[in-house]
Amino acid sequence: MAMSPLLDDDTTLFDVNLDGTSTSEDGGYEPIPAPKTKSKKPPPYSRFTQQELPACKPIITPKLVIASFTFIAIIFVPIGIAALSASNKVVEIEERYDRECIPPIYSDHILQYIQSVGTDKTCTRRLTVPKHMKSPVFIYYQLTDFYQNYRIYKSSRSNLQLKSKADEGSELKNCGSVQTVGDEPIVPCGLVAWSMFNDTYSFSVKDKALIVNKMNIAWESDKKGRFGSDVYPKNFQAGGVIGGAKLNSSIPLSEQDDLIVWMRPAPLRNFRKLYGRIDVDLEANEEIKVEIKNNYNSYGYGGEKLLVLSTTSAFGGKSKFLGIAYLTIGGFCFLFAIVFAIIHCFKRRDIGDTAYLSWNRSPVGYYIK
Amino acid sequence: MAAERALLIPSPRTPKSTQDLPSFPVSSNSGVKVNLDNPILVSGMDSQNPTESSSSNEISLKSASIRSLSSNPSRASRGNSIGAGSFRDLRSKPVRLGSRRGDSEVFSTSQKEISDEDARLVYLNDPAKSNERFEFTGNSVHTAKYSLISFIPRNLFEQFHRVAYIYFLIIAVLNQLPQLAVFGRTASILPLAFVLLVTAVKDAYEDWRRQMSDRVENNRLAWVLVNDQFQQKKWKDIQVGEIIKIQANDTLPCDMVLLSTSDSTGVAYVQTINLDGESNLKTRYAKQETLSKIPEKEKISGLIKCEKPNRNIYGFQANMDIDGKRLSLGPSNIILRGCELKNTSWAIGVAVYCGRETKAMLNNSGSPSKRSWLESRMNSEIIVLSVFLIALCTVVSISAAVWLRRRRDHDPYFSVHFYGACPGRPGLLHGQIKYVFSDKTGTLTENKMEFQCASVWGVDYSDGKANTQNQQARYFVKVDGKVVRPKMTVKVDPQLLELSKSGRDTEEAKHVHDFFLALAACNTIVPLIVEDKSDPAMKLMDYQGESPDEQALAYAAAAYGFMLVERTSGHIVIDIHGERQRFNVFGLHEFDSDRKRMSVILGCPDSTVRVFVKGADSSMLSVIDRSLNKNVIQTTKGHLHAYSSLGLRTLVIGMRDLSEPEFEDWHFSFETASTAVVGRVALLRKVAGNVEKNLTILGASAIEDKLQKGVPEAIESLRTAGIKVWVLTGDKQETAISIGYSSKLLTNKMTQIIINSNSRQSYNTGASSEAARSTVALIIDGTSLVYILDSELEAQLFQLASTCSVVLCCRVAPLQKAGIVALVKKKTSDMTLSIGDGANDVSMIQMADVGVGISGQEGRQAVMASDFSMGQFRFLVPLLLVHGHWNYQRMGYMILYNFYRNAIFVFVLFWYALFACFTLTTAINEWSSMLYSIIYTSLPTIVVAILDKDVSRNNLLKYPQLYGAGQRQEAYNRKLFWLTMLDTVWQSLVVFFVPIFAYWASTIDVPSIGDLWTLAVVILVNLHLAMDIIRWNWIFHAVIWGSIVATFICVMILDSFPMLAGYWAIFNIMGQGSFWVCLLGIIIAALLPRFVVKVMYQHFTPDDIQIAREAETLGSLRGIAVEVEMNPIMEPPSPRR
Repeated sequence: MAMSPLLDDDTTLFDVNLDGTSTSEDGGYEPIPAPKTKSKKPPPYSRFTQQELPACKPIITPKLVIASFTFIAIIFVPIGIAALSASNKVVEIEERYDRECIPPIYSDHILQYIQSVGTDKTCTRRLTVPKHMKSPVFIYYQLTDFYQNYRIYKSSRSNLQLKSKADEGSELKNCGSVQTVGDEPIVPCGLVAWSMFNDTYSFSVKDKALIVNKMNIAWESDKKGRFGSDVYPKNFQAGGVIGGAKLNSSIPLSEQDDLIVWMRPAPLRNFRKLYGRIDVDLEANEEIKVEIKNNYNSYGYGGEKLLVLSTTSAFGGKSKFLGIAYLTIGGFCFLFAIVFAIIHCFKRRDIGDTAYLSWNRSPVGYYIK
Repeated sequence: MAAERALLIPSPRTPKSTQDLPSFPVSSNSGVKVNLDNPILVSGMDSQNPTESSSSNEISLKSASIRSLSSNPSRASRGNSIGAGSFRDLRSKPVRLGSRRGDSEVFSTSQKEISDEDARLVYLNDPAKSNERFEFTGNSVHTAKYSLISFIPRNLFEQFHRVAYIYFLIIAVLNQLPQLAVFGRTASILPLAFVLLVTAVKDAYEDWRRQMSDRVENNRLAWVLVNDQFQQKKWKDIQVGEIIKIQANDTLPCDMVLLSTSDSTGVAYVQTINLDGESNLKTRYAKQETLSKIPEKEKISGLIKCEKPNRNIYGFQANMDIDGKRLSLGPSNIILRGCELKNTSWAIGVAVYCGRETKAMLNNSGSPSKRSWLESRMNSEIIVLSVFLIALCTVVSISAAVWLRRRRDHDPYFSVHFYGACPGRPGLLHGQIKYVFSDKTGTLTENKMEFQCASVWGVDYSDGKANTQNQQARYFVKVDGKVVRPKMTVKVDPQLLELSKSGRDTEEAKHVHDFFLALAACNTIVPLIVEDKSDPAMKLMDYQGESPDEQALAYAAAAYGFMLVERTSGHIVIDIHGERQRFNVFGLHEFDSDRKRMSVILGCPDSTVRVFVKGADSSMLSVIDRSLNKNVIQTTKGHLHAYSSLGLRTLVIGMRDLSEPEFEDWHFSFETASTAVVGRVALLRKVAGNVEKNLTILGASAIEDKLQKGVPEAIESLRTAGIKVWVLTGDKQETAISIGYSSKLLTNKMTQIIINSNSRQSYNTGASSEAARSTVALIIDGTSLVYILDSELEAQLFQLASTCSVVLCCRVAPLQKAGIVALVKKKTSDMTLSIGDGANDVSMIQMADVGVGISGQEGRQAVMASDFSMGQFRFLVPLLLVHGHWNYQRMGYMILYNFYRNAIFVFVLFWYALFACFTLTTAINEWSSMLYSIIYTSLPTIVVAILDKDVSRNNLLKYPQLYGAGQRQEAYNRKLFWLTMLDTVWQSLVVFFVPIFAYWASTIDVPSIGDLWTLAVVILVNLHLAMDIIRWNWIFHAVIWGSIVATFICVMILDSFPMLAGYWAIFNIMGQGSFWVCLLGIIIAALLPRFVVKVMYQHFTPDDIQIAREAETLGSLRGIAVEVEMNPIMEPPSPRR
């Protein structure tokens, strides 16, 4: 018969709670060791099974509130100030060149200009160093409205192929419609690599060329773990539609720092990517002449191209946001601390004052003495 | 109480005495009556339910049981226990309240001729022929659900009944399409597959256990008649039509019609504890005509025509054609599978229902009623969430379409995070109870009846009660050389004892003699002699009966020297002060709730025939000959009033000598009625009515119904907690009120409003000026309730009742109880709880939001039907005030928290979609998305949902008012929900936009910012929970901080796989100062508004629980002026069973 006596279990459970009750705070009831019977063994008493582990019961007292707000304020304001000053110390030169680097005669046929192979794309810009820039000065290119996080774009790559030569032909289907040239796979395949940024910059101060250090601009982990040293570019940009940069097919992918940097997708449509480093200090008011090869077609999608030279701080680049945010939070906390102190002084409520209990407060409560 | 009990149902049999009596010519009157009744009844039924009779057999049987439920209260209590199945029907149809006269319906269904299509034909001792035309199932049972082949499809089919699974299946399938895949294919399938697998393994194991027990059950042996010899046969091989012999203490292998038993009168006692949980013995009878047959010697052949298998364990109707005679069979002629044969050395029967067609198996279909409700609630919540998600996805895809005019894709990838979001609201229930409906007998009282005092012939013998404690002179008799004494001792009144001993000499003594004779004889008690465990030389007389009142009376009679020692169907033997006297029992009119009395016609040794009647005072006073002994009647009335105002249950006993013509008249009509095929019950009632009249009053008995331990305190606690206690009882008004006072349900301060019969009167016992402010108690009786519930006054009654803190309903029938609960449920949204112990409370227990069963003396139906079961009423206090409260607080918080926990993650994903061209990409690692619900945030949720306690158990019991938080819905309400949602949006905005602004136009890459978001959300969600934990012990510390550390470790591990896009991202970004600054800023900024609001709220409008918590921590709660008497609940409950 499947009619099990449900009851026994239920009552046992309930008994357990009723029997062995001992409470730490009132201490009125000793745990009662359950009598041992042969038929049904009650579980031995333990504070764990009885859910009576020693516990700390923090309550929110006014002092705690004021103290914690003050504490947060004390922590946050200095960090905010530090972040702001760090951001202020960062010297940053931003130069948008996408419009300026179009010769006026082509201003109506920008796409034709940028897509044709024959046109001269060299463009010279002059930048003034506003403040002393301590080395290393990082060179970034910044693109706007470029959705590297776009769903199809982002996944249009073959990680296996990039990693090792043996897998050259694997996961090609990730790369979309253009996977091969003839029967040979494209290495690296996919939209990400295909659209690689290919503007180049060369800098000179007072006609003396500044050396752009392109060593180690990519993550060491990527070079070792994700891009194989035996994988060489193959059939790249050899198909019908030419995208961005071309790769030197004699250099293995793990050495192609620009590619590796580009292949780390940016999470937002405006992003910077590291181009290189200048390992000398730049003095204030120095004029830097930049020769730009304006190859990259950002005109097709209406994005901007910027060249950025920047120093760094412990908090990253030039960004006031964190500093301001910290100061705001700190300020608010300080304000709350004061407000609460005032409330506590003038409209005091004693913690644990049982006169506030609803049935004590109103005579017509739930309980009439 | 007795009103709600069905007493033993005597078999409509042919008594032996028939042969002795001269046969009477058939009275044309009664014949006409029968013929008149029959067509009317049947046609009435047919016209009422034309659809039912034409529909399938099963339905019509069910409806029959409903009809008997609603119309006949004495049967209703039984009908209720039939099982969950009949209750579903009961719910789906309008429940008829009140006990109206619906006799005709009952009899028409119970006595209806079985048409050939509906019948099952069983040829006695001819299984081959029985099974020839119809393929009856064999006796092997198969409770296992699956077989090896059917396991996978069937199990999957059952598992996918949950909407959640289908939902996840759809997601997993969508993820298999490359265009829509967000997570990896395995990542999307794994969790679902895991859950399915675990459930399948669990199901398979359970089913295997079931198969094992089936195998044991099927291979048990029984003695079956094969080739005129009883041979052992396996249970599974038993077939319908076979004749089976059962030995004492054997379990019955199938449902059988009794043919003969070891008892010469054909009585068999069975214990039905497996079937309905009642431990007392029930009597079953073999038919007179089959009694003498010995199956081995003479070939029995016959035909039983019985109804199709149904699940009504208290109903059976069949005809048996044997030796050219047609006999009618009823429920008392069948013994059911699962019962045990007791006190009968053997019984022979013919199998009529086998295997899964037995009533026990048909009742074995589980109880789906409340669980399905729980699941449907959960399912509906999942559907709501899905709608929400589809809305989010639609927003994204429409935006995508509008902004980019490109392809739209419906990716459902947000959704995974709502996994496990809905713990369901039922857990809240017992923390929010506003109404408690309680049965009285067995729930508030112990249902241990004790004979207290008696009034015999107008003399009250209750004065000496106080000093008779030591005079428990144990009466004993000698049976077969052994000393036998009653199992229960009764306090005796010395004066009365003296009188009872003095024989029948004086007029006074004669009445006492008759009084106790009536107590000993006028019942359905079965005396059993059992071993005395304490004293082997002694034997104990155990009175087995279904009504504790009768038991108490029989024990009382025994104590006064009138010991019932033997009962067979034809006679009883009563030992009167050492003299064994044999009384012929000519007939017994069972108790029914309309007559409210029972009677027995005894042929005394001095060859007089007397009818003894006992019953409720109201019904008895109307049949007592008022012209005789006016004084006695008056004084007895006075005593009755005095007894009932002490809270005692009273019964009036009367008798009458029957003259020979009267007896013969009665005997003939009794014979006719009890062998009638149609309308038997009504005829019997009519016969009873004819004989129970012009009685001489003998006296009245008073039985104490003891209050259970701790009941007054428990009721006081419940009242203090703002719970309205309604007591629904079958007792009369005075008894109910007196119990009300003794249980502190009523106090002198209360204004009582009493509504009875048709008059409405109200009186104040307290100060009338304060009537509006003081508590009001409403006392109403069943009759007026029926009247009011049917009229427009219903709303008014409810309005009145809802202002009363106590409502006492007396004289209510079981279904009225359910009706009252239904009324309250209909009129308010407040939670209701029903507590009861007996079969008559089952309907009420199932009707209420929370049903509590007390495992008491009245069997286990209530426990089976309940959500919680407990031993005594007082445990209701910790259940509600402590566990209910904790549960409410935890669940209320957990619903909000789970919604927050999942929504914040979804929102972060959603905001990112807005920044990724509305194409659905995640910055957060797909594995992290999966692990978010599984590892990162699950453990703290579970631990807090199980372990956190706001206020200690002692204080909750001490201050029942704290329970009000649940009633006022303080932990979960709409306002809190929207506040939480607002907080969620704010927190998600902070989590998302701080990194966005901090890393705007920077060199950060997708996995790095994704890791930052992951860690920020996880830390935030865990700290959010930590802020609300009340009782920190090491487990909480371990899970909260452990989860955060585990998240860091998991993220690091995930970023160590070169094949994943996030390779080394976490290590890179952790090396930057801005990462840590962002993280700290996010957490503080996100939690700040919540903290401020919480602090302000706690300061300006502290709620009770908060104050109690603070006081508890500071240790100041002890000195509060309000003192509620501590319940003795903390004492160890006395060991039960």
